[in-house]
Amino acid sequence: MAAPASDKLILPRYRRDPEGTHPPLASPGYGSTKLRHPKQPLVLLPQKLTEVTGPLLGPGRLGEHDNDLTVQHDGEPQGQRIIVHGRLLDGDGRPIPDSLIEIWQANAGGRYRHVNDNWPSPIDPNFTGAGRTVTDSEGRYEFTTIKPGAYPWRNHDNAWRPAHIHFSVFGQAFPQRLVTQMYFPDDPLFFQDPIFNSVPDEKARQRMISRYDHDRTTDHWALGFEWDIVVRGQEQSVFEDEEDE
Amino acid sequence: MTTPSQTVGPFLAIGLPWEDGPTVVPEGTAGAVWIRGTVYDGDGDPIPDALIETWQADPDGRFDHPDDPRGRVPGFRGFGRCPTGDDGTYQILTQVPGVVQGQAPHIDVSVFARGLLDRVVTRIYFADEAEANAADEVLRSVPESRRGTLIAEKAADGYRFDVRLQGDGETVFFDV
Ligand SMILES: [Fe+3]
Repeated sequence: MAAPASDKLILPRYRRDPEGTHPPLASPGYGSTKLRHPKQPLVLLPQKLTEVTGPLLGPGRLGEHDNDLTVQHDGEPQGQRIIVHGRLLDGDGRPIPDSLIEIWQANAGGRYRHVNDNWPSPIDPNFTGAGRTVTDSEGRYEFTTIKPGAYPWRNHDNAWRPAHIHFSVFGQAFPQRLVTQMYFPDDPLFFQDPIFNSVPDEKARQRMISRYDHDRTTDHWALGFEWDIVVRGQEQSVFEDEEDE
Repeated sequence: MTTPSQTVGPFLAIGLPWEDGPTVVPEGTAGAVWIRGTVYDGDGDPIPDALIETWQADPDGRFDHPDDPRGRVPGFRGFGRCPTGDDGTYQILTQVPGVVQGQAPHIDVSVFARGLLDRVVTRIYFADEAEANAADEVLRSVPESRRGTLIAEKAADGYRFDVRLQGDGETVFFDV
């Protein structure tokens, strides 16, 4: 926008999400929150210029096979090939173009390629489990990957994480930064998972579950899943005093 | 309508670190400083599976972003990212930001970790900006006894800024 003629700054402002949208940091069912959640109340941070801007990360961050996790090695990984696609949107339904999306996940047997994951399910030499892409001009993204398996994690008796893919998105400003997990429809493990169930609002919880997409399923190739990621929307522009000039 | 946040879990190192993540500016940049610190849990133990992200203005207080009303300044990434090591430490190489809208120089910080179901947000201020800090609206909104948790101390090659998620000396976290 052009520099304002008056001494007023016009800044966007990002709406706060309704209560229950995000998990409380203190969620006793998830044991690791116990020593890691702040106990002091959060302090309200007014959205100034630092908060209404943010890193705009795009094409420079991508390698050739970053959006296809099945071709990153000499051989093909084991498991069910899937296509995961959708749009990155703001809370008003506006697509966010040219924006970096990062994912990481376990292999088909539920094992992560990480030194600290050593439960008895094999590493797949042909699967790393990390991907990146950039949304197109209509906010769309797509990954080809393997359906991750469920995995055990000792949080409670016979604890298993439902199959999920970790997603990281930036949006266009600091308040829109989001790291979340995408789940699969009808997973029988939801009932006992304190991470999935840490989201208080039932409708919000359902927004983490992808939809089986038969139109995107490709014959003799891959199953399709569709999942839109929505980050915080903007309030109407407000005027505020320019203080540093 | 927003998608809920979920934890990065213990294996964020597979997907999130970048080789150049810790260097907001290239090594050798004039005036660059290392900001180093440790992330601690409520027992005072270092957290080896956290990730620090930083967002800041350039030394002139400007952003490479279209919503900077003075116009976008291309080239200054402004963003840093560093996973913590086995000893809970991180390090970011950057330049101290300039004044933004009359505020003392500051860096916005997101902390992610296993056990954090949502990121927590804090700010780094600089100990040698005492006068600007004393006048800063955000710092003044924080109880005086806790302000020190937001101020990075001078160190040999830059600054030291520790993050305490819980307990004694708990870092001030913001609702943004
Ligand atoms: Fe996981």
